[in-house]
Amino acid sequence: MSNNLALKKGLNVPLSGEAALEVIKKVSPDIVAVKPTDFKGFLPRLLVKEGDAVLAGSPLMAHKNNPEILLTSPVSGTVESIVRGEKRKLLAVLVKAGSKQEAVDFGTKVPSTDQEVRELLLKSGLWGSLVQRPYGVMAATDSTPKAIFVSSFSTAPLAPNEDFVLGESLQDIQAGVNALSRIAPVHVSIRGEKASSTPFHKLENAVIHEVTGPHPAGNVGVQISHISPIMKGEIVWTVSLLHLAAIGHVINTGKLDLTRKVAITGPAANKTAYVSCLPGTPVSEIATIAPDVRVIGGDALTGENLGKDGYLGFFQNQLTILSEGYEREWFGWAKPFRPKVHSSSWCYFSWLTPGKKYAMDTNLHGGPRAFVETKCFEDVTPMDIFPIYLIKACLAGNIEKMEQFGIYEVLPEDLALCDYVDPSKNEIQDIIQKGIDLMIKEMA
Amino acid sequence: MAEEIKPGLFEKGGKLYWLHSSIDAFDTFLRVPGTVTFKGAHVRDGIDLKRVMIMVVVALVPAALFGMYNVGLQTSTLYGLGWGFWQMFFYGLLRMLPLFVVSYIVGLAIEFASSQIRGEEVNEGYLVTGFLIPLIVPVDVPLWMLALAVAFSVIFVKEVFGGTGMNIWNPALVARAFLFFSYPSSMSGSSVWVSKTWVSSLKDVDAVSAATPLAIAHDGGVEALSSQYSFMDMFWGFIPGSTGETSVVAILLGGLLLVWTGVASWKIMVSSIAGGLLVGWLGQLAGATTLPCYYQLVMGGFLFGSVFMATDPVTAAQTEVGKWIYGFLVGALAVVVRLWNPGYMEGMMLAILFMNTMAPLIDHCVVSVHTSRRLKNAKA
Repeated sequence: MSNNLALKKGLNVPLSGEAALEVIKKVSPDIVAVKPTDFKGFLPRLLVKEGDAVLAGSPLMAHKNNPEILLTSPVSGTVESIVRGEKRKLLAVLVKAGSKQEAVDFGTKVPSTDQEVRELLLKSGLWGSLVQRPYGVMAATDSTPKAIFVSSFSTAPLAPNEDFVLGESLQDIQAGVNALSRIAPVHVSIRGEKASSTPFHKLENAVIHEVTGPHPAGNVGVQISHISPIMKGEIVWTVSLLHLAAIGHVINTGKLDLTRKVAITGPAANKTAYVSCLPGTPVSEIATIAPDVRVIGGDALTGENLGKDGYLGFFQNQLTILSEGYEREWFGWAKPFRPKVHSSSWCYFSWLTPGKKYAMDTNLHGGPRAFVETKCFEDVTPMDIFPIYLIKACLAGNIEKMEQFGIYEVLPEDLALCDYVDPSKNEIQDIIQKGIDLMIKEMA
Repeated sequence: MAEEIKPGLFEKGGKLYWLHSSIDAFDTFLRVPGTVTFKGAHVRDGIDLKRVMIMVVVALVPAALFGMYNVGLQTSTLYGLGWGFWQMFFYGLLRMLPLFVVSYIVGLAIEFASSQIRGEEVNEGYLVTGFLIPLIVPVDVPLWMLALAVAFSVIFVKEVFGGTGMNIWNPALVARAFLFFSYPSSMSGSSVWVSKTWVSSLKDVDAVSAATPLAIAHDGGVEALSSQYSFMDMFWGFIPGSTGETSVVAILLGGLLLVWTGVASWKIMVSSIAGGLLVGWLGQLAGATTLPCYYQLVMGGFLFGSVFMATDPVTAAQTEVGKWIYGFLVGALAVVVRLWNPGYMEGMMLAILFMNTMAPLIDHCVVSVHTSRRLKNAKA
C-alpha cells in the first residue's frame, strides 16, 4: 500500500467560469428545504407536521427501516410545508427560518468510543453524510467498515477550492477525523501537486495519501480502488471533507452548523464567486439566474439538475450554471475548426490550445449510437477495470459478470468522464446506476 | 429545407412520422442536433460518430486518389496508349465513380430502410464501408455484382446483427469475400486487375494478362518479380492490384492520420506488420519463398488491410492486450496463407475475417486472466 498515487489516465474538462476566491455574500434564507431524496437508500418517515417549531438539529424525518437514523433541520424556525410528489412520495420538508437562530445542544463531551461516535452522528442528523460502498448508499448502522475514506479535494470541472472553502476549519476536521477513527482507520487523500502547502497534510490519526493526476483522481472511489480495492463482502465508508468539518463542529461546539461556502460557477453564471449559505437554500437566493439556463447542484459531469426553483442539496457546495444548448450548428461535425467546442479527441483541434477554457452548453453534440469507439473509456478511467465490459454487463443485467468486472468499486461519478468522451453518446452513468440498483435488489 | 418540413408531418403523430429516421438523418447531416443532455454528464465532448467516420474517409482519400491515377497508368502502360498524367487520373476517376455511386446508393438505401424498420437514427458506419468497398475490388468488376455484394454484406453481416457497432465481421471485407467466392473469374486471375472497359480503341483487343506482384512471386519467386517490378515500384504503388491497395505511401499517409486522431489503433497496425514480417522471415528461412520478408508488406492488400481493415474498432479486439494479439495474428496468418497455400496467393482478406471471428475469444481470455489476477491481488 503506497501512500503516493500518481494517476495518468483521465481528463480535466476545460469548462470556463471558475469561482473567484472571495465570499460575496452570506445568505440567510427565509425557507430551507430538507430533501430525503438527497440520501440514497433512505426511506423517510415524517416526525413533524406543518406549524411545528424546530431548532437547528431537531429531527424532521427518520428512516422507515431504522428509526435511529434521523434527518435534522439545519435552521431553527417552524415547519412551513411538506412537499410531496407522485404517489405521495415525500420530496422535501420546508422549514421557515425564525428571526432568532437557536440550536439543539448535543453537548461538548468528546466521544471516545465507537458507540459514542455513532450515537452522536445519529442524533445530530449527520449519519446521512456517511456513504457506504459498494453501491454508494447511506451507511447501515449495524455495519463496520474496513476503512473510512476521505478525499480532501475534487478534480471535477470548476470544483470549489478546498483550501479556500475548508482551510480555516482544520480544527473541526481534525475533531471529525479523531471521532471517525474510533470506528475504523481513516484515510485522507490530499492533492499531491501541492501536498506541502495544503493545510490538510497536517491531519493526525489518519493515513495521508498524496494523489496526483487529472480528473477523476480526486474521486474517492478511484482512490479507494488503488489504495484498498473493495471486494465482495467488504464495506468501506466515505465522507466528504465538508461533512467531516460539520461532524467536528458538533463535537467541538455541541451545535449543528451546516453553513458552507458554495461556489457559483459555470459559463452562464452572472458572477462566479463564493456564497456562504446552508444546504437547502433556494438556488434563486444563491445566484442570479437568467432564463434558458440550467442550474446544476454539483459539478457539470455528475451534478443534479436542480431547476430554477430548486434547493441546494445536502452534499452540494457548488452550483454550475450552463446555457441550454438548443442552438444547432451548421455542418458542425464536418467543419475542420470549431473553436467554441471542446473535444478531447484529436479528430478536432482542441489539442492546439491546451490552456483554453470553453463556455460549454448542454448540447449533446450528436445522437445516440451503438458502441463503436471504446478505448476512449479506458483513457479516462484510471482504475484496474475494463469499463466497456462493466458497462455491457450492467446493460445485460448479468450479476456475476458485474461482480467480476468491478461493480463493487465504482459509482456512476467514477465513470462520469465516459459520458463526456463517448462519441456514441451513451448514458454511461445511468447504465452504471441501473446496474447498481439491480445489484442492491438482487443481493438484498 | 429539412427543418422547415420537419415539424408536423414528420413529428411523432404526424402523417409521415414513419419516415422520421431518414428525415433525421438528412437533418442532422446538415446541422448538429439541438438535443440537450437530460441525464448523466451535463456537458459533452464535441466528438460524435459522424466526425469519427469522416476522419476514416479523409484518411482513405490519398489511397483513393493515387488509386485512380494508377488505374489510368496501368491501362496506359499495358496497352501502350501513351496517356499523360491528367488523362490517366481522369480515366481512373471516371472508372471509379460508378463503383462509388453503386456502393453508396445500394448500401445507404438498405441502411436507411433498416433504420426505418428499427425506428432508430441512421448510423454513419456505412460512410466508411461504402468508400472502402470500391477500393478493394478489381476496377472492372461488373456493377451488378458489386450491388449484389454490397446488399449481401450490409443485410447479412450488419443489419441482421443490429446495425453498425453490432456486427461481427468487417462488412467491406465480407462484400469482397462474397465476390471472391461467388464470381471467382471476375475477382482473380491475372487479367482482372487492369481496366480496359471504357477505352473505345481497346474494344476488340483481348485482355492482356497483367499479373499482380503477388502472383508473379508466387509462381516465380523473387527473380521473376524483380525482372518486372522493383521494390520501389511496389512501394510507390505503380503496380496492378485493387485500386486502394497498391501504394504504400498513400496508405501510410492515411494511417498516420488515423493514428494521430486515435480513430484506429496503432497497436493493431504495428503488431500486424510485425506478425507479417516474422512469418515472412521464417518462411524465407524454411525455404517456402525466396522473397525477403519486407516484400510481404508492399505486395497485395497487406498494408491496406493492416491499416484500414483490421483496425475497424467494431470488429477488432476491444482490450489493449487483445489488440496486440489480434493484430499479430492477422499479419502472421495472412503471410502464412500467402506462403503455404498452393492455389491462393493473397491471405489478408481471410486472415482478417478469421481474426474478426476470433477477436471476442481473445478478449474473453484477456479479460478472464485480468479478472483472476485482480481478485488474487486483492486477496493477497
